[in-house]
Amino acid sequence: MATFSKSQAPRFSVEVYQNPYLPEGGREVNAIVTVTSTGGGTTGGMPIPSRLTGVRDSRGSSPDAAVVIMVDCSGSMDYPPTKMRNARDATAAAIDTVRDGVAFAVVAGTHKAVEVFPGDGQLATADPETRALAKDALRTLSAGGGTAIGTWLMLADRLLASADVAIRHGIVLTDGRNEHEEPEDLRAALDACAGRFTCDARGVGTDWEVKEVTGIASALLGTADIVADPAELSGDFTRMMETAMGKEVADVSLRLWTPMGAEVAFVKQVAPTVEDLTARRVEAGARAGDYPTGSWGDESRDYHVCVRVPAAEVGREMLAARASLVLPQQDGGPAAPLAQGLVRAVWTDDVVASTAMNRQVAHYTGQAELAQVIQQGMDARKSGDIEGATAKLGRAVQLAGASGNEDTAKLLAKVVDVVDAATGTVRLKAKVAEADEMTLETRSTKTVRVKK
Amino acid sequence: MSQMPQLPQLSACPTCEEPPQSGDRYCDSCGADLTAAAPPPGTAPAGSPPAGSATPEPEDYPLAAPAPAAGPPGGAASGAPGTPGAAEGPSGGADPRLNGGAGRPRCVACQEGTIDQDGYCEHCGHAQARERDHMERELEGVAAASDRGLRHHRNEDAFSVSAAALPDGSPAVVAVVCDGVSSATRPDDASAAAAHAAEVSLHASLPRGAHPQQAMNEAIVAAAEAVNSLALEPGSAAHEEQLQRHQNAPACTIVSAVVTPGILTVGWIGDSRAYWVPDDRTTPAARLTEDDSWAAQMVAAGLMSEAEAYADERAHAITGWLGADAYELDPHTASFKPDRPGVVVVCTDGLWNYAESAEEMALAVPPDARSRPLHSAQVLVGHALDGGGHDNVTVAVVPFPAPQGRAGSA
Repeated sequence: MATFSKSQAPRFSVEVYQNPYLPEGGREVNAIVTVTSTGGGTTGGMPIPSRLTGVRDSRGSSPDAAVVIMVDCSGSMDYPPTKMRNARDATAAAIDTVRDGVAFAVVAGTHKAVEVFPGDGQLATADPETRALAKDALRTLSAGGGTAIGTWLMLADRLLASADVAIRHGIVLTDGRNEHEEPEDLRAALDACAGRFTCDARGVGTDWEVKEVTGIASALLGTADIVADPAELSGDFTRMMETAMGKEVADVSLRLWTPMGAEVAFVKQVAPTVEDLTARRVEAGARAGDYPTGSWGDESRDYHVCVRVPAAEVGREMLAARASLVLPQQDGGPAAPLAQGLVRAVWTDDVVASTAMNRQVAHYTGQAELAQVIQQGMDARKSGDIEGATAKLGRAVQLAGASGNEDTAKLLAKVVDVVDAATGTVRLKAKVAEADEMTLETRSTKTVRVKK
Repeated sequence: MSQMPQLPQLSACPTCEEPPQSGDRYCDSCGADLTAAAPPPGTAPAGSPPAGSATPEPEDYPLAAPAPAAGPPGGAASGAPGTPGAAEGPSGGADPRLNGGAGRPRCVACQEGTIDQDGYCEHCGHAQARERDHMERELEGVAAASDRGLRHHRNEDAFSVSAAALPDGSPAVVAVVCDGVSSATRPDDASAAAAHAAEVSLHASLPRGAHPQQAMNEAIVAAAEAVNSLALEPGSAAHEEQLQRHQNAPACTIVSAVVTPGILTVGWIGDSRAYWVPDDRTTPAARLTEDDSWAAQMVAAGLMSEAEAYADERAHAITGWLGADAYELDPHTASFKPDRPGVVVVCTDGLWNYAESAEEMALAVPPDARSRPLHSAQVLVGHALDGGGHDNVTVAVVPFPAPQGRAGSA
């Protein structure tokens, strides 16, 4: 598609899927808000003014982004030695994917964080020469020491803060548990870094803690995944870096305005993964709050918004929520809305209308439950609660099958023997590969969209 | 409206004078929209700076304007008398403009918030009265009234009333009433398009000397085409009726009456009706239309009594309508030559549900209907609201014979 004269600034569009009809006395309004960002300017959404943060000039000037790669160099990376070699290769592949002009750095992580390249608290600007130098520097990486991921993140934050760029991104690779600092230290580091940069996290092998890796990605609005076979690291790192390079605009928030007397029951991202944002609300004036969504490239995400409104008489209509996408202004002025959608409530005595469940809402309610029962089932399984695990994972099999979430269904089938997917009848497998178990847990929040 | 802010950077809330925090879009104190001085996001790219120019008072706020009344006599603009369901009715809410101390209209529900460009209160979120919630119109020789009713959130009915001239100069009074099909998308657009298209068509054909029945037939076909064309437009409002996304084409019913000095012609598709109510109530009133509805078909086929059929929950399922997914277009038309004066009541089921038989309708129509058609239309709307107002209600009252011919030709 030719886009010769079009700006590459992404345009946002918002669509709302809901059944606005409530029965007499009804209070709960559910809606799926689909936010789509397109780079080519092909939709009717509004353009982002170029003076705003995070927008690259389309005329080939330097991308407005910085990225720091954090590689685990703890002692365990030498067992087997291929792990360290694969990590080095993967980092090199990622460096090759960094676009010209992007600021970057490599950090070696152990019980402390060490700058591998370029050093001196700096970021390098990517070009063929710096990329080659960075790859040379990777040869010095060797395994030895502990694991304290919080220190890596704090160093990455310092480095990223030194660049005056809009899109700041990190990549964490770890192979072990975060043993050499207290969980509170990692928590504190994540709190300190949240909103300052986004970060993807990868666990390599099977000796790491799923909740630590997913926790990093969740707090820093990135992705989490398992790379059970170190040989697959290069491909994964390349894809991850390509995605990071595709981000066009950072620090986008989902703003919800709700009327007087209404309360936001929850706000969840439900596609591509489930992420509860309810507790991350930042007040934005009277009756409005912002939920961070991180940076956006060419992509579409779905949010499930549930609002409780004061009941009104049959025949009344009210605006239950106004959902908009906003960017902070650098000068501290009012945030600029990029696109918006309306969530409505209409009270009716038509029982057919008020009891109908919107297809999207029903689908994502199921997907959120799927993620939850997998977590609960796997926790029960670990604690030896066979009955509970069987019930939860059976429900998960049923939900995954009914909603067409085939990837998750396949992962589940490696942990349980499916007797009947439709009724959710399963038996726990006696022997499960650790990688399969961790893959299921790590990817439990992945959702699929409504079947067309 | 002299106190409208001139610049987007406000030093004080336009409503309550509270100084805003930097970055606020709404006033912390009163909830007013502090960005209202900037162009509404729907009309201009959000980021384009307002350039410091004075922004005129937005004109598109839907107010609870009682009526776009044309006829000043007879208190046409005074809302519907005899509508005790007033709290919900459009005449019940105080004119919001009276409360807007700082020049901006206030919410009719909470009296506190100002109104956003989508027509909702910025404080309590309640939808404001829309122009179509209650409409009245009166011309010489015809009047109509339409109301949202008490149980529906918007008015999906539409009407048009007008007067044309026949080739010999005698008048032809035209009334069209349409009822949007709620289970279809954009029923309100469908009814408005149909009422307008039928009127335009009649105004083109009647002065040329077309037979009223033929003209009526053409008008209904024109109305059908207008509704069909709505289905081709891309969904205009993205947030509208997402429930029905796998699209029911816009659809509506139609009933129309053309009254000339000697002939009364009706045409219809669907279950909106026309009744004849003579001045002399000792002579029988009559229903002039046959519904395209499940109940009517059951009765016509002799399968159920009228009472049984209309008590059934399927009674109102219509079997004929205007819209792209109608089975076939089969306009019904009929002409009558009443031998005495009276009125034609042209209405949607929102009225006739509360006066189903011709006798009941005759009882509901005031005795002076022919001389005060608007008052009669208001009374009939009130009759439906008193009965519960479960649907949108629209009624046109057309005196027969057409006024100027009264002395001469009839």
